[in-house]
Amino acid sequence: MAKRIDVSGLTAYYSAHKAIEDISMTVEPRSVTAFIGPSGCGKSTFLRTLNRMHEVTPGGRVEGKVMLDDENLYGSNVDPVAVRRTVGMVFQRPNPFPTMSIFDNVAAGLRLNGSYKKNQLADVVEKSLRGANLWNEVKDRLNKPGSGLSGGQQQRLCIARAIAVEPEVLLMDEPCSALDPISTLAIEDLIGELKERFTIVIVTHNMQQAARVSDRTAFFNLAAVGQPGRLIEIDETERIFANPSVQATEDYISGRFG
Amino acid sequence: MASTTPIDSPPPTQAPPVATEKSTSTGRAGDKIFLALSRGSGILLLAIMASIAGFLAYRSAIAISADEGNFLTTFDWDPAGDPPVFGIAVLLFGTVVSSVIAMVIAVPIAVGIALFISHYAPRRLAAPLAYVVDLLAAVPSIIYGIWGALFLVPYLEGLNLWLDEFFAWTYLFEKTEVGVARSLFTVGILLAIMILPIVTSVSREVFLQVPRMNEEAALALGATRWEVIRMSVLPFGRSGVISASMLGLGRALGETMAVATVLSPSFVISFHLLNPGGGTFAQNIAAKFDEANELGRDALIASGLVLFILTLLVNGAARLIIARRKEYSGANA
Repeated sequence: MAKRIDVSGLTAYYSAHKAIEDISMTVEPRSVTAFIGPSGCGKSTFLRTLNRMHEVTPGGRVEGKVMLDDENLYGSNVDPVAVRRTVGMVFQRPNPFPTMSIFDNVAAGLRLNGSYKKNQLADVVEKSLRGANLWNEVKDRLNKPGSGLSGGQQQRLCIARAIAVEPEVLLMDEPCSALDPISTLAIEDLIGELKERFTIVIVTHNMQQAARVSDRTAFFNLAAVGQPGRLIEIDETERIFANPSVQATEDYISGRFG
Repeated sequence: MASTTPIDSPPPTQAPPVATEKSTSTGRAGDKIFLALSRGSGILLLAIMASIAGFLAYRSAIAISADEGNFLTTFDWDPAGDPPVFGIAVLLFGTVVSSVIAMVIAVPIAVGIALFISHYAPRRLAAPLAYVVDLLAAVPSIIYGIWGALFLVPYLEGLNLWLDEFFAWTYLFEKTEVGVARSLFTVGILLAIMILPIVTSVSREVFLQVPRMNEEAALALGATRWEVIRMSVLPFGRSGVISASMLGLGRALGETMAVATVLSPSFVISFHLLNPGGGTFAQNIAAKFDEANELGRDALIASGLVLFILTLLVNGAARLIIARRKEYSGANA
């Protein structure tokens, strides 16, 4: 569990449009790495290249290498489906399976993998819901539909669903942007706990959030609209916010643009 | 909805007043005309439905009281006889069986085509394919009837022999009477082709509406394309597919010309589906209406009333199925 991600020379396209260009970085295991930057700078696109979700979009194409420990996710004989089972993802808007119960939502990934025993399934579901700090709120209604929960609960349900399959890495694409401050706080606390077990990458528009939850922060920017996004710098979060080495980062963080 | 403030009024100094009345009419002419038009349309629809139902019920009552046989169980149709004896048992059987055959064949194929168009086919192929399927709906039913009688009937004989040889043990596919394939089975196949476009296009529209984020949820868990369809697309589309099937079933139950052209009617009930013979409500009405006397016409109208009720029941059942799973439907996501 919890592997190191090593990206080198990664470029991603939407058809002919180059969305991000030549990104290289290392993400440490058992840590939280935050991606910040103005809208359209490609941070979400980059995140989606880390579990090969980018190519699901029509016209989506990726060049470069993403090493998960020793394995290149874009190797010629790597199955993208297998990649997504190792690199989990939580989306901007909570997206539990609307037709499934809370229990089935958490169990969905395990059932896909097919290797579980029936009594084992209940244990994993409980453990995952506890891991997502949701167990106490839903333990009496596991058979009710997941879409009946509040937004914050739904997002934690999605986190429980993602961690139930014990991924190596957990990607979070602005997981709190659709939530109220209390729910956001709950998720942020949860991220702090989850980093003991997983490598976490989080995209956020909220710089205070990046400062609160992350160990390292990467700043992305684009030269102009229509230009590809680039990684400007990545460093310890404290350094990025106190004393960044690039002027553009400081301008962004101090609110001079973006 | 609650905006009752005219555009030219000064901006409200406090919070805008909450509309307490149910009506949001401002009393202006346009609102009044539109209200009258929409209310009138609604009333007109109810009036038309009521008059059809009343007409059917009245003429049916005349026929059924004159019937010397049991209207529900008699295997005969002789309203001109003395005494007049007629019953709908054979028609009900033939209508239900041929429609069930059509559904069993058409719905899986239609769902398959709809999934292919919406989720598998490259865009260049999907649009023409969808168009071709829709084109099937544009063929008049008499053309289907002629095609069925001249092409399908002779070509199905080989299939009938094969089914009889290997599946006679199912009883359904045992052919005990000689004769060409002017059977309920052939009618079912023809009806399946005829309802394919409506079931396909409604299902396709529903599958295309599956929110992207529902599918991505499955993808991000490591679902294959088929698993995405099973976890996200089919559950979301379930009630839509049921509605689509009911639309198709409605058409199959009421189909007239194509059935009348293909079937060689007879007043027997047989579960040997390959045997020629049988009848359906609509086919029987079309075949006999011209030559029927006054009571004969009323008798046919009475059979039409039963078809009307059957269709109502089918639609009601479909709504029940959809409502029972509402909590879990994708609609509240």
